Amino acid sequence: MSVLFIVLPLAFVLAAAGVWAFWWAVRGGQYDDLDTPPYRAMFDDES
Amino acid sequence: MTTLARQPEADRAELGSEQTDGAAASGCACTHCGLPVPLGLIEAGRDEQFCCAGCASVYEVIHGCGLDAYYRLRDQADAPRQPANTSFADRLSVFDSEKFAELYVTTRDDGLCAVDLMLENVHCAACVWLIEKLPRVVGGVVDARLSLRESTVRVVWDPQTTELSSVARALGTLGYPPHPARSGTQSVQLNEQRTMLIRLGIAGALAGNTMLLAFALYAGLFGGMERQFSELFRWASAVLGVLSLTWPGRVFFQGAWAALRTRTPHLDVPIALALGVGGLAGVVNVVLGRGEIYFDSLTVLVFLLLVGRFIQYRQQRRADASVGLLFSLTPSNCRRVMPVREGAAAAETIEQVPIEAAEVGDVLEVRAGELIPADGVVTSGRAMVAASLLTGESQPVAVQAGDRVCAGSQVSSSTLRLRVSAVGEETRVGRLMELVQQGVADKPTIVALTDRIAGWFVVVVSSLALMVFAGWSVFDLGAAVDHTVALLIIACPCALGLATPLTLAVAIGRAARRDILIKSGAVLDRLAKPGRLLIDKTGTMTRGAMRVESWFGDPAMRSWVVAAESEATHPIARAIASWGESEGISPASRSQLGEVVTHASGVEATTPAGLMRIGSKPFILSSGCVIEQRFSQQAEQWAERACTTVYVAFDDRVVASLAVGDALHPETRASLERLSSWGWEVTMLTGDEPTVAHRVAEAVGLDRSAVRAGVTPEQKLAAASDRYDQRAIVMVGDGVNDAAALASADVGVSVSGGAEASMAAADVYLARPGLSGLVELIGDARRSRGVIYQNLGVSLSYNAVAIGLAAAGLVTPLVAAILMPLSSAAVLGLAMKGQCLPGWGLMKRIEKQRKAS
Repeated sequence: MSVLFIVLPLAFVLAAAGVWAFWWAVRGGQYDDLDTPPYRAMFDDES
Repeated sequence: MTTLARQPEADRAELGSEQTDGAAASGCACTHCGLPVPLGLIEAGRDEQFCCAGCASVYEVIHGCGLDAYYRLRDQADAPRQPANTSFADRLSVFDSEKFAELYVTTRDDGLCAVDLMLENVHCAACVWLIEKLPRVVGGVVDARLSLRESTVRVVWDPQTTELSSVARALGTLGYPPHPARSGTQSVQLNEQRTMLIRLGIAGALAGNTMLLAFALYAGLFGGMERQFSELFRWASAVLGVLSLTWPGRVFFQGAWAALRTRTPHLDVPIALALGVGGLAGVVNVVLGRGEIYFDSLTVLVFLLLVGRFIQYRQQRRADASVGLLFSLTPSNCRRVMPVREGAAAAETIEQVPIEAAEVGDVLEVRAGELIPADGVVTSGRAMVAASLLTGESQPVAVQAGDRVCAGSQVSSSTLRLRVSAVGEETRVGRLMELVQQGVADKPTIVALTDRIAGWFVVVVSSLALMVFAGWSVFDLGAAVDHTVALLIIACPCALGLATPLTLAVAIGRAARRDILIKSGAVLDRLAKPGRLLIDKTGTMTRGAMRVESWFGDPAMRSWVVAAESEATHPIARAIASWGESEGISPASRSQLGEVVTHASGVEATTPAGLMRIGSKPFILSSGCVIEQRFSQQAEQWAERACTTVYVAFDDRVVASLAVGDALHPETRASLERLSSWGWEVTMLTGDEPTVAHRVAEAVGLDRSAVRAGVTPEQKLAAASDRYDQRAIVMVGDGVNDAAALASADVGVSVSGGAEASMAAADVYLARPGLSGLVELIGDARRSRGVIYQNLGVSLSYNAVAIGLAAAGLVTPLVAAILMPLSSAAVLGLAMKGQCLPGWGLMKRIEKQRKAS
């Protein structure tokens, strides 16, 4: 069970990585406009 | 934004369907807009048919660039259609001016330029598709990204290959007239939203991880756990918990501190108390290695409360953005006349410049239908000028050279030139706007119901905590501390903090779908209790413009009347001419009509049927005509509806009459009755003459004592800020002249079709003409107040039970962890009860359409 002493900090590091990724996405403007992208996805790519 | 943009289109769509019925005989719809094609324009043997040259040119652009898929997408999205609008072409050059570039355009490192443009008429997926295909329509455009909610497009183009005016022309041709996005606050708001979202993410991650640790600890509670591991978990929880409280949770402490400093009750105070005491006790217990820790409950508390705030913020931002667009649609440019000396002959050029570039002494040209951009003196031209937005007078006045005109008035008949005497803040409108800003500053801040309760909450909970501490310390000091901490944490008004914003957000969202834009949820609280209602007459009770309401007499005469009145420029004549257009009355041919002579209060023209006179009663009587009794009776009836009668006489005998007036909205009387039945005291304020005001009051069932006529904007402001009793003052108006009053009243409600300034100053904007929106708004406010009271009941009884348990020493972290989310869930359920989610409404609408078809 003493593996917990390594796994727990590791879990925190992973969580921190997740938070960082979220921070990066928000700062990059990916959450600014939540209305338009769903429509964009409906358009067919053109040849 | 779509809700707002839809309003005029809905009218047009209705118009369209009516016309489709009429044109069923020709059976031909415009390929671009779907409106019927006039018989004369049908080209035999072609698949594409167009109702006007504008639609034909738009189709040419779309088809020529291989973008026909737009029509397919539009049909799928079931978007409202409208004919092409090409009338803005004359203000294109402003997009290339240096001043414009300086104000709005940013040049990027790679030499490309970028600009944000606000577009009219953006509604659906097809619009996104078409606008983002801009690089294929205009060479030199590198990228175009549309934001549907803000109705703004970010265009990146190469200044070497194309000019911004070509981009603007292309957007205009496609049916989206562009305007510079003037809201400088947008980037600030965007940053604020991002910060809130990041805070929310961090709080969520911390709460989730602390919960995991807490589960392990609870399992250890029952199954046993080695001391070293439980110590590890406790320390880890403490680290995450403290992080959560000091980082995303900081806002509650800041809010509480601000509330304490200004001595205003705020919900943040009890929240901060619980978070602070809980966090402190938890850290102490972890360090000492004994006692309870509550970090799981505390971190979840922070997360849920932040979710509530975020929802509230998004709702408000949506309303702000909708009003912001309208604000940006005020004329941003003007026509400056520049003298040019070429040799001996003095010539002149007219150039379009942004309004900021106009200076005192410049000569500006203002054409019919435009707003006057600055205060000034008329140098040439005669025209009718409507200052109703500024002064509240319903009748336009005639001006000629030498007369002073004010910025913000509308020129209604012909072109004027004026020498600028004041610009920007120095104009009368500008000074009025200053009053508006003062009004906003002087306005008492609305203390929301929950915040008022929070004040009592703090007092009650802390005295209870003291009693519990005193009681237990008789037996055991350690237990006394533990139980008091447990009480303070579990008494945290989490449910209240979450449910109220959610209830208000749902109410604001529901209202927005019915074209009522509410800028702040606290307004609903104010509107739920009856108070004093000040209503401006023009534009709210009445339609705000002269129009023909009905015709009495021989319909065959209508074509003569329309033909003669089309020659005159008097507002009543214009009302009759446009009535002729909208009713589809084809004017009699000009050649059959003799010379049209315009008098002060009527016109005269010779027709094959005799000498025709059209005008007011004095004019008709003074020219020796006879008015039969049936016409005078009809005139009396019309007078009750606040309409003026115009008589039509042929050869000394009146044969027909028309009702012209700034007619009442049909539902005004019913709306006012409903409002007074709810206990509101209604007063009518108007800048108009007392006679007109009293007639309107009579027609809507208001007492004479409830009418104040001839008031100036300054008097309106005084009336709206005269707080002689505790009741809330609600001001309803539509003009610039109401703006200051709207800003300083407890709640300002601006009505559709009004001036942009009044929308900016108001707390609520009704994007639908008339007072029915106000009735719905107040009904909504009463309903949400009911829901909030229910929530209060649930939340407070939960707190009573929890405090009882804590006082008895029965609350452990496990009990707290179960009780707190339970209460939140109950309150959330109540908040959402009977109120559908946005997506749900859409589904229902689609279903309805399917059934109908």
